[in-house]
Amino acid sequence: MITLKVNGKTLETDAAPDTPLLWVLRDHLGLTGTKFGCGKSLCGACTVHVDGSATRSCVTEVSNVVGKDIRTIEGLSSDRSHPVQKAWLELDVPQCGYCQSGQIMAASALLAQNPSPSDADIDSAMAGNICRCGTYPRIRAAIHRAAELMKTGGAS
Amino acid sequence: MSAHPKDTAPAALDRREFLKASALAGGGLVIGISLAGCGKPADLAKAAGGQPVAWLKIGGDNSITILVDKSEMGQGVYTALPMLIAEELDVPLAAVKVVAAPAGAAYANIFLGTQITGGSTSVREGWQKLRAAGAQARAMLLGAAADEWKVDVGSLKTDAGVVTGPNGQKRTFGELAEAAAKRPLPKDAKPKDASAYKLVGKATPRVDTPSKLDGSAEFGIDVKLPGMKYAALAQSPVLGGKLKSVDSAAAEKLPGVVKVVTTSTGVAVVADHYWQAHVARDALKLSWDEGPNAKLDSAAIRAGLKAAKGTAQSARKDGDAAKALKAAKKKVEASYELPLLAHATMEPMNCTAVVTADRCELYVPTQIQQIAQATAAAAAGLKPEQVSVTTTLLGGGFGRRLEVDFIPAAVEAAKAVGAPVKLIWTREDDMTHDAYRPPAHDSGSAGFDASGALQAVHIQLTSPSVTARMFPPVVEKAVDPFAVEAAANFLYDVPNVSVDYLRHEIGINVGYWRSVSHSLNCFVVESFMDECAHAAGKDPFEFRRALLGKQPRAKRVLEEAAARAGWGKAPAGHHQGIAVMEGYGTYLAQVAEISVEQGKLKVHRIFCAVDCGQRVNPLIVDQQLTGGMVFGLSAALWGEITLAGGKVQQKNFDEYRVVRMNQMPELGVHVLDSSEAPGGIGEPAVALVAPAIANAWFAATGKRVRALPFSASGIA
Ligand code: FES
Ligand code: FES
Repeated sequence: MITLKVNGKTLETDAAPDTPLLWVLRDHLGLTGTKFGCGKSLCGACTVHVDGSATRSCVTEVSNVVGKDIRTIEGLSSDRSHPVQKAWLELDVPQCGYCQSGQIMAASALLAQNPSPSDADIDSAMAGNICRCGTYPRIRAAIHRAAELMKTGGAS
Repeated sequence: MSAHPKDTAPAALDRREFLKASALAGGGLVIGISLAGCGKPADLAKAAGGQPVAWLKIGGDNSITILVDKSEMGQGVYTALPMLIAEELDVPLAAVKVVAAPAGAAYANIFLGTQITGGSTSVREGWQKLRAAGAQARAMLLGAAADEWKVDVGSLKTDAGVVTGPNGQKRTFGELAEAAAKRPLPKDAKPKDASAYKLVGKATPRVDTPSKLDGSAEFGIDVKLPGMKYAALAQSPVLGGKLKSVDSAAAEKLPGVVKVVTTSTGVAVVADHYWQAHVARDALKLSWDEGPNAKLDSAAIRAGLKAAKGTAQSARKDGDAAKALKAAKKKVEASYELPLLAHATMEPMNCTAVVTADRCELYVPTQIQQIAQATAAAAAGLKPEQVSVTTTLLGGGFGRRLEVDFIPAAVEAAKAVGAPVKLIWTREDDMTHDAYRPPAHDSGSAGFDASGALQAVHIQLTSPSVTARMFPPVVEKAVDPFAVEAAANFLYDVPNVSVDYLRHEIGINVGYWRSVSHSLNCFVVESFMDECAHAAGKDPFEFRRALLGKQPRAKRVLEEAAARAGWGKAPAGHHQGIAVMEGYGTYLAQVAEISVEQGKLKVHRIFCAVDCGQRVNPLIVDQQLTGGMVFGLSAALWGEITLAGGKVQQKNFDEYRVVRMNQMPELGVHVLDSSEAPGGIGEPAVALVAPAIANAWFAATGKRVRALPFSASGIA
């Protein structure tokens, strides 16, 4: 048994220690908000926070995150009140939505470290997250909007 | 696919037969469909499982439910289609609940003949049938109120689901639904006049957005069923190869493995958890009969297309282009090459199936429910009516999910293990086993007379046909309409025009890819017209504009794009290219602005002007336009699937590159107000990006790029 701290809860799994965190989250723990897109750290769909850093769960063995603070899209807020979620709603960012959990987790990790990202900061933080629907212009605008919301008290 | 109502709407569609009403078990009104020659009246009352076949249900509890028969794949149908109903019923959008329709003939796309989400038809079709359904329901509800109060229907008002009479009497839709259901179907219920729209035409937030912000949206890959197992599939690495033998002894010993099942499309490893199936798949010892494609490679495909001989079919013939070309004082000739492309939806292919002795349940992200149903039935050894299809959200479609190749293995594996099975393809499976966008080798010839007037254009298209595989009857007597888009409708006023199509198969499956043959032919036609402009010594915008006198909508978007993008006013070192197209009843023009940085292409800006007729939800129109431009840009810059020894060489997003945030140009969109019927919007913007950029590259360098992607020329 492996014990994990996910979204503030302590959870147990019988997954093999070398199982990617992605599949532990999705299959063993039922947290399917985190998505499988490439399995090779190329698309960002599987992005979660590990101790606050954006992490590709598809290439992270579960044994490496024991004792760490894992946060998934389901745990970003309990009611879509995180400034990134609010900004995403305001700008109607998602299309198919499949990449958006990863986009939101990458964006929220960026803003936690850099509350006023420039376009260049956004480029470098978000370049690992593919959106085949092409929502990039709204993602960029929504990150700026979320930064504003964080400053004006929309913080979670 | 480009389905125009005029081309493909069944002639037998009879409005009086079109909509039928019936009472809902438990008291309420159901508006359903009966297509002449297609649905039988009995379909209306019952479908598999005894559910009413319906689009619209108004319950005694005031609930309003629309069964959406189009798949939500990001294009916004779960918002735009209920908007049409909400508008007719005078209720807020939030009052209309969306449920995915099951599979069934009653839900067949009236433009395409089977249940399909494709061809940018969703809003165009809903514009006809959903507005009619809404208007019928409204008329019946009002009729019921008028009868009860013995007043004239004209004296009634509706707002937010309540009918108000002349003396202030009030009844909710729910209270009226049962009486309404007993009334004859009104023959003359007309949808609202545009001047009365409260919702249609207003940018309205998407109803699916909240669930896509917290992980609760359920895609096919997220389906959870009690006792469900997971499967990974080993398929022949050579496209079209067959299994020779499998030794599964080692795989079967691995933890969690339930069973190894040889299916009709490969070897499925079924396990308690997905990763266990994935790992065990690597432990299979497989040998394949590589079949006829063992030596197929990209060079052979290209050479085959180039050398293809045979009788071309005419897709357009005005005047006598051959004769006019012979008589021409000046000629322009050019050939173009286009590659195979993968769809690369973000959600890889997957399917969940449950099979019992007499039933099969399918949970699947699909764009083609009835064919999915028939495919599952064949795999399970059942009849189609024994198969239920639940359409989940789709993590992208782009035409990939018009294919059903990922369904049989899920069904066969589920049957073999006697438990629900979710089969998931890896990204590598997905990219190497797609039905790829057809490649093409095309050419143009043009002739000018002594005065410099363009007298003749001949476009010769050569590519494999998707339709010949998917819908063979369509091509039996006619040219494949989905191979000649953006060419057969040649917009320019030239006296002699011919467009010919030569079907040349390449040994592997090709598929419908967002914007279908527009993505091929717009590149050819708009690059070639640019070459003609140059030969004529004219500005590419002015040259096109002068030839669009008989196409006012095309001319207008061209002018708007040029004006708004600052045609001719690019900053120093920047260069512009332009393209114009009609597709799916929508008119578009794009201006690309680029520079050359150390010999490489840098795209700074793409601007798109559009006339798509009446917009239902402008917010979604803008999303589809910008999204389509990004999709087109990925393909133009880097999109290319190549084969060696019958195997696809690109496996993941490192080898099949797509545009990322840091590679985005600035995108601009301007949509004209229009009261024309809605045109399709999900696909067409894709097709203009490549020619606009290629034409800008010529403006910058004097060199034509006649083969896509740009990376193949070393410039991207
Ligand atoms: S699935 Fe992890 S980066 Fe793509
Ligand atoms: S919203 Fe569809 S892939 Fe990003």
